[in-house]
Amino acid sequence: MGARGTEPATADATPVVVLTGVNKHFGTLHVLNDINLAVGKGEVVVVLGPSGSGKSTLCRAVNRLETIDSGTIAIDGVPLPEEGKALAHLRADVGMVFQSFNLFAHKTVLDNVTLGPIKVRGLTPPEAEKKATDLLDRVGVADQAGKYPAQLSGGQQQRVAIARALAMDPKLMLFDEPTSALDPEMINEVLDVMVALAGAGMTMIVVTHEMGFARKAADRVVFMAAGQIVEENSPEEFFTHPQTDRAKDFLSKILTH
Amino acid sequence: MSGISTLLREYDVLGAFWVTIQLTLWGALGALLLGTVVAVCRVSPVGVLQRAGTWFVTLVRNTPLTLIVALCALGVSNTLKISLAPPDSPTFIVDNGFRWGVVALAVYHASFVAEALRSGINTVPTGQAEAARSIGLGFGATLRHVVLPQAFRGAIAPLGNTLIALTKNTTVVATVGVAEAAYLMRNMIEFNPSLLYFIFIVMAAGFVVLTLPVGLLFTWLSNRLAVRR
Ligand SMILES: Nc1ncnc2c1ncn2[C@@H]1O[C@H](COP(=O)(O)OP(=O)(O)OP(=O)(O)O)[C@@H](O)[C@H]1O
Ligand SMILES: [Mg+2]
Repeated sequence: MGARGTEPATADATPVVVLTGVNKHFGTLHVLNDINLAVGKGEVVVVLGPSGSGKSTLCRAVNRLETIDSGTIAIDGVPLPEEGKALAHLRADVGMVFQSFNLFAHKTVLDNVTLGPIKVRGLTPPEAEKKATDLLDRVGVADQAGKYPAQLSGGQQQRVAIARALAMDPKLMLFDEPTSALDPEMINEVLDVMVALAGAGMTMIVVTHEMGFARKAADRVVFMAAGQIVEENSPEEFFTHPQTDRAKDFLSKILTH
Repeated sequence: MSGISTLLREYDVLGAFWVTIQLTLWGALGALLLGTVVAVCRVSPVGVLQRAGTWFVTLVRNTPLTLIVALCALGVSNTLKISLAPPDSPTFIVDNGFRWGVVALAVYHASFVAEALRSGINTVPTGQAEAARSIGLGFGATLRHVVLPQAFRGAIAPLGNTLIALTKNTTVVATVGVAEAAYLMRNMIEFNPSLLYFIFIVMAAGFVVLTLPVGLLFTWLSNRLAVRR
């Protein structure tokens, strides 16, 4: 399984995240329509679909930034708690990378990465700084540690955002169109970090239209349309032999532009 | 000009302005703390707290300060006999009046601080709070470490205006006998009515000396601390 050729997700292990019968409405709009999805440990799932199909909402629901109307979402077998401490705890285990980076604007790069480890994981500042420095090094922005987010390029900011999420030692990483806000020449520096992360065995759900990334790193592609999962397949199969008309239509659009 | 030196010689002008400064500092501290609490209530997810915050701001902001001062000093202190100083202390009357004055100033200006902060909170993009929650910070920690620090920076200019207003509004507590600058002015006018214009000059100069640096400081701070996005 998977183009990565490293430790395949074992089928019998408890999946890291399981969505069962998840429904969500925004008013009369059925944004998530009976979503069932399980992502195994070390698995990389790419979510594709036309604009407004519910991809962001799916990601945000897994991190409980959006509530759901019915169904269950479980992380490592534990259903998402309603609110409060238990929820905050669970969120700490799920890293999230946003399209617009969302680095803390008033904090330096280093402080962005150490905040969670210090306040949530209880690391001492020196421990957290050591860890942050290693992670910033890993994503290639160690030399920017003292700067503020506004002083960095988009690609650098997004790599810091990845380091910030990784600093929590997450069980699962969610990426919501991490490269859509970037200038073309910066897309690859971010994708390279993500490919390396996938290669290192991180469990990932990635909303992206970057087919190169999907081919290189994804174990599975999930295609959404109008709030439903319409098709699921290996990247190769999905891109070369899409089954449904909606997927064919969608692919013809993103392939020709 | 001899009028001014007469005034400065015969009256403790510096002492009176020192009381004004103390009222300002304690009042500002109280207003900042209470105003922050009220602003946090207004953005909290708890309906009761939101309503309490809105209710406080609407009520207090629309009540004349004179009324609040009178309510504190006459209503609560004199009538209900709730004092803020040990009753057997030799400085009881002065201390009690001063402290209730501070409370009145703090409560009144807290409504303006809360509004300034709320507008500051609105300048912080929602993505900032979402990112904070996504690394596992709770509501309180998200506010403390991410939203409020940015909100304060975005609210520095209106907070500075509130501080200047507070400095001048300390004159209202003269009405309940706190011996600050305006109280002294009343005495001076009563006993040296011929020096009326000099009295005005001294008082106006005193307040300009107090408020001008505050204005300059806050303008500098708001440029200095502005959050770059
Ligand atoms: N807070 C909200 N209130 C109301 N409607 C919303 C809200 N958030 C999203 N929607 C709507 O829900 C639908 C799904 O949105 P979502 O952001 O999940 O789509 P998406 O697949 O991520 O699209 P895109 O590719 O444009 O990012 C859209 O029609 C959107 O307008
Ligand atoms: Mg989206």
